[in-house]
Amino acid sequence: MSTEIIPYTIEEREDTGVNNAKLGIWLFLTSEVMLFGALFSTYIFLRVGTINWPVGSSFLSVPMAALNTVFLITSSITMVMAWLSLVDKNFSAYRKYMLLTILLGCAFLVVKYFEYTAKFEHNLYPSTNTFLGLYFTMTGLHVLHVIGGLIVNIYFLFPGSKMWESNPERFKNRIEIAGLYWHFVDLVWIFLFPVLYLL
Amino acid sequence: MIGIQYGLTSLIFLFFGFCLVMLMRWQLAYPEQPIPFIGSWFGESNAPGGIMLPEFYNQLGAMHGTIMVFLGIVPLAVGAFANYLVPLQVGAPDMAFPKLNMASYWVYFLGGIVMLSSFFLPGGAASSGWTSYAPLAVVASVGQTYWLFGMFLLITSSLLGAVNIIVTIIQLRAPGLTYFRLPFLVWAQLITSFLLLLAFPALEAAAVMQIMDRLAGTSFFMPSGLVVSGEVLKYTGGGSPVLWQHLFWFLAHPEVYVLILPAMGVVTEIIANNTRKPIWGYRGLVYASLFLGFMSFAVWAHHMFMTGMGTTISTFFQTTTMIISVPSIVIITTLFITLWGGSIRFNTPMLFALAFLPMFGIGGLTGLPLGLNATDIALHDTYYVIGHFHYVVAPGTIFALFAGIYFWFPKFTGRKMNEKLGKIHFVGSFICMNGIFFPMFLVGLAGVSRRLWDGGEQYAHAQGVFRYNETMSIFSWVLALFQLIFIFNLFYSMWKGKKSEENPWQSTTLEWATPTPPPHGNFEVTPTVYRGPYEYSVPGHPTDYLPQNQKV
Amino acid sequence: MTTHNVDVKSHSKKYIKVYLALMVLTVLTVYASFLTVSVGVGIILALIIASVKSTLVAGIFMHLFGEKKIIIWTLILTIIFFIFLILIPLFSSLDSIKY
Repeated sequence: MSTEIIPYTIEEREDTGVNNAKLGIWLFLTSEVMLFGALFSTYIFLRVGTINWPVGSSFLSVPMAALNTVFLITSSITMVMAWLSLVDKNFSAYRKYMLLTILLGCAFLVVKYFEYTAKFEHNLYPSTNTFLGLYFTMTGLHVLHVIGGLIVNIYFLFPGSKMWESNPERFKNRIEIAGLYWHFVDLVWIFLFPVLYLL
Repeated sequence: MIGIQYGLTSLIFLFFGFCLVMLMRWQLAYPEQPIPFIGSWFGESNAPGGIMLPEFYNQLGAMHGTIMVFLGIVPLAVGAFANYLVPLQVGAPDMAFPKLNMASYWVYFLGGIVMLSSFFLPGGAASSGWTSYAPLAVVASVGQTYWLFGMFLLITSSLLGAVNIIVTIIQLRAPGLTYFRLPFLVWAQLITSFLLLLAFPALEAAAVMQIMDRLAGTSFFMPSGLVVSGEVLKYTGGGSPVLWQHLFWFLAHPEVYVLILPAMGVVTEIIANNTRKPIWGYRGLVYASLFLGFMSFAVWAHHMFMTGMGTTISTFFQTTTMIISVPSIVIITTLFITLWGGSIRFNTPMLFALAFLPMFGIGGLTGLPLGLNATDIALHDTYYVIGHFHYVVAPGTIFALFAGIYFWFPKFTGRKMNEKLGKIHFVGSFICMNGIFFPMFLVGLAGVSRRLWDGGEQYAHAQGVFRYNETMSIFSWVLALFQLIFIFNLFYSMWKGKKSEENPWQSTTLEWATPTPPPHGNFEVTPTVYRGPYEYSVPGHPTDYLPQNQKV
Repeated sequence: MTTHNVDVKSHSKKYIKVYLALMVLTVLTVYASFLTVSVGVGIILALIIASVKSTLVAGIFMHLFGEKKIIIWTLILTIIFFIFLILIPLFSSLDSIKY
C-alpha cells in the first residue's frame, strides 16, 4: 500500500490551507478534548454533589506537582525548538532538543512514580475516597498519554529520523504533528495541576 | 479492500446478534419450555434441561443490543459504506490514511473477539443491558469487565475511522467537487463522523471509570450505603449512578443519528437514481442534516426523565427533543416529494429504499410520546420503547443498508444480485419486520416492561397481550428464513450472478466512473467534476442522466 | 502553519518569552492557592490563570494564532459540545427533585 499516490500528504490543499496530517491530528485532539472533558465533568458533578470535599494538598504533594509542571512546560518549549531547528535545517540541534524533550518527559514520569508510591505507602488508594479515585484516574490517564507521546518522540529521535535524509519536508511535518500532541498533553496537565492539587 | 472486510465481518455479527434474539424469543413465547433441538448446547449453567435461565436471558439481551449496534450496524453503515464509497464518490485514490484505516479495522475485530469471548467466562457475558447502568453493572460478574474493554476497543476503532473519513472528505475531493456538489451520502458520512468523533470519547471516559469501579474499588458510580444480597458493599460511596447515565447517553443519543444518517444517505442516492429525478431540495437536505447533527448533542437526557430530574431541566430536554424532530421530518419530506412525478424503477434496492421511508416514519413518530415528559412516565421502559427504536433501526436502517448492498453490489463484484431472490427477500422481510415490531407497541401500551424474562406471564396486566409474544416470535423465526435467501443470493451472485455493465444503474456519481473492481488508486485519471450529484432527466440531453465528471 | 518563510530567530525569541511567562504564571498559581480567600474566589483565580496558560500554549506553541479557518471552526464546534458536556449534567444535578 503505497502512500505516495495520496495527494496533500505533504503540501497543503489550496482551499483548506492544511495538509492531511495536520487536519487529522487536530480532529484527533478534539476527541481527546472530549475525553478529558468527560472526566472534568465528572469531577465537577461529583464535587457539587458532595457535602465536604477535601483540599487537594491535604493528600497530595504540591511541591512535587509544581516540579512536574516545570518539567512538562520546559519539555513543551524544547519540543517546539526541535521543530524550529528543522525549519532552520539544523539536524544536530533537532537531536539535542528532542533528546531533552524525552528526558524531561521521563523526569515527569519518575516524579509521578514517587508520588504514587508515597500514596500507597500511606495506604491511600483509589478506593479510599472519591477524591483519590478521581486523582488516580485522571492523572493515570494523563500518564498513559505522556507514555504514548514519549514512544512517538523516541521513534522520531532514532529510527524515524532516517526520513530526514529521504523526505525532509515530510519529516518536519511529522515533528510538528508530534509536537501538537505533546503540547496538548502539557495543556491537560496545566488544568489538572490546579484542579487536583490546589483547589 | 478494507470496506469489504468491514462489510462481511459486520454482516456476520449482525446475523449472530439476530440469532441471540431468536433464542430470547423462544423463551418469551413459550416460557420455561425447553428450547427445541439446540437447547442442550448451552450447558447446565445457562439452560438446564434446555430451559433458559433468567441470567442467561439477561446475557443474551445485553449482548444482542451491544452486538447489533456496535459490532453490526455502526461498522456496516460507517466502516463498510464510508470506507468503500466515500473515496470513490469524492474522486480520491484511497482513504487519506490507509494504515490508520487498517488499524481501525483490526481494533474493531479485536473488540469483537473480546466481546464474543466473554460468553465463555464463568458467570457468562455482560448481563446488565446494552446500557450497562451502574450500580448493577459494577457489581455484575466478570463478563462486564470484558464488555468494558471491548467497548473501549470499539470506540477507539470508531474514532480512528472517523478521523480518516473526515480528512478524506475535506482534503481529497476531486477538482471541481465543491461541498454542494457532494453526493448526499458523503455529507451524511461527514456529519456522522463528527458525531463519532465528539460523542464517543464520553463513553470511553465512562468505561475507564467503570473499569476503575470494578477493578480498583473506586466509587464513581456507587452511592453510599448500597446493600446487595443482604450485605453492605465495601465501596466508600459518594458516587452517582446518574452520572453514568449522563455520560452513557451523551454518547448514545448521537449514536442514534450515527445509525440513521448513513441510512438516509444511502436511501437518498438510490431514490434519486431510481426516480430519475434530481433530489427535491438538496440544500435543504444538507442543512437539515447539519442541524440534526448539531442538535443531537443537546437532547440526551430525554432518556433520563425518570431519574428524578427537576421540571426545568426536563422541560429543556423535552423542548430540544421536539426541535430535533423537525430536521428529521424535513429529510423524510424531501425524499417523499422527490418521488412525486418520477418514473420509478421498482428494482430491489429501490423497494428497500422506499420501505425505509414509512418504516422510519413510524419509528420517528412513535418517538414523540417518549420525548414528552408526561407520556414518557407511562411508556418508559416498556415494550413500546423497544418497538419504537427497532422500527428506526431494523426496518429503517437495516433496510437502507440492504438497499445499499443490492445497489452497490455490481460495484463490489462486477455482477448483479439476483432480482427475483432479492424481491422475495424484500417482501418476506417487510412483512415479518412489521409482524415482529408492530405488536410491541400494543404490548408496551399495556404496560409490559421490556426486561421480563417470561414475557409477562406472571403479571396480571400483561395477560391480555401475552398471546402476541408467540406471534412476534414466529415472525422473527420466519424472518430468519428470508435472511437465508439473502445470504444465498449474496454468495451465489458473487460467483454466478449476471455480469453487469460498468454503470448498471445509469448513475451520475463518481463511483461508477472507475473500472470494476476499482484498481489500486481507484481512478485511472483524476476525475474533474462539473456539476451536482443528481443531474437526472436534464432537458435537452440525449441520455436521461449526466455524470458528474462528463464535460458537455 | 506554513513554514515556507519562517523567521527562525524571531520565533525562538517569542517562544522563550512565552516560556518565561508560563513559569511566572505557574509560580503565581501556587502562590494564589496559599492566599486566604474563599473557595469560590480561589477556584475562579486558579481557572483564570490556567486558561491564560493554556491560551499561550495553544496559541503560540501549537500555532493556533493565525491557524487556518477549518481548524479554528472544528475547535469552536468542539468547545460548544465540551460546554454542553460540562454544564448540562451539572444543571440537572442542581435541578433534581429533592426528597
